[in-house]
Amino acid sequence: MTATLVFAYCLVAIGVAALVAIVRMEKGPTMLDRVVALDVVTAAVLGAVALISARSGRTDLVPVLVVLAIVGFVGSVTIARFAAVEAPEEARILTKEELAEVLAREHALSDEDAPVHDPDADDGPDGPDGQDRPDADDDEAEARSLDARLDGDAQEGGR
Amino acid sequence: MSLTDIADIAGMVLLVLGSTLTLVAAIAVLRFQDLLSRMHAATKPQVLGLTLMMAGLALSVRNPVVVWTLVLVVAFQLITAPISAHMVGRAGYRTGKVNSEALVVDELTQDLEASENLSDEEVERRIAVLDRDLARSDGARPDDGRPHDGRHDATGPGGL
Repeated sequence: MTATLVFAYCLVAIGVAALVAIVRMEKGPTMLDRVVALDVVTAAVLGAVALISARSGRTDLVPVLVVLAIVGFVGSVTIARFAAVEAPEEARILTKEELAEVLAREHALSDEDAPVHDPDADDGPDGPDGQDRPDADDDEAEARSLDARLDGDAQEGGR
Repeated sequence: MSLTDIADIAGMVLLVLGSTLTLVAAIAVLRFQDLLSRMHAATKPQVLGLTLMMAGLALSVRNPVVVWTLVLVVAFQLITAPISAHMVGRAGYRTGKVNSEALVVDELTQDLEASENLSDEEVERRIAVLDRDLARSDGARPDDGRPHDGRHDATGPGGL
């Protein structure tokens, strides 16, 4: 009877812990807070499996513990790696003007790359160079101004 | 009271301690304000809580195969928990989610600021010094030190 009560307390504590961690995962302002909460949920699941195994004497659940330990690690590392490349303007939904600016910047970058992939671009010594140079300079200046404007917007949004 | 009864009671005590620690740490993860504080709280069930629960399970089951598998679980967790914590902390710092003013010791910010103040010539000079030291330490194979940098390889003593 006492053992049943003790295991019931343990299961309830672990279940409440997992629920509380899931609340943090839902609230978490950033992706990394959710990863931290996911680690806690993984630890709670490990503890729950250990409790069930200890109560029922099922030793076939022990390999599940090994697999859970490895899988939890892989998931959090992958998400942390993904969050490392998260730009500030990707953390929220863009407005129409911002989306247009981002698309224009991508267009400028692809224009900049185009002569590299064209083998017929510089067949003459003076003709193509005289035509291509100003375009590339324009694109670079445009991309730089877009960068500055996007940074300014991100800072204003953060405050 | 036999030895198995004592092992059962000790196992239950350890399971209670581990699950209570998990609950306390989860509440801390919910209530703390900072990413680094939450990471600090989240490591408790990952390492100490898991170790307690695995010890409790081992004392309850008392099977050598199970005990060694549980040692393997704890070893895996001890190896992988620092890796994921390192990745999360690094990503948090790189994406600006760590408030440097709230930290007592912040060596990474100091180092980054010091490196930003270096001029390009100073950086080049230090790279050259490191290259020379590297070529001197293993003079037989100077190319293996910096495989991606053709310029330094070509000017190295064994590059040509």
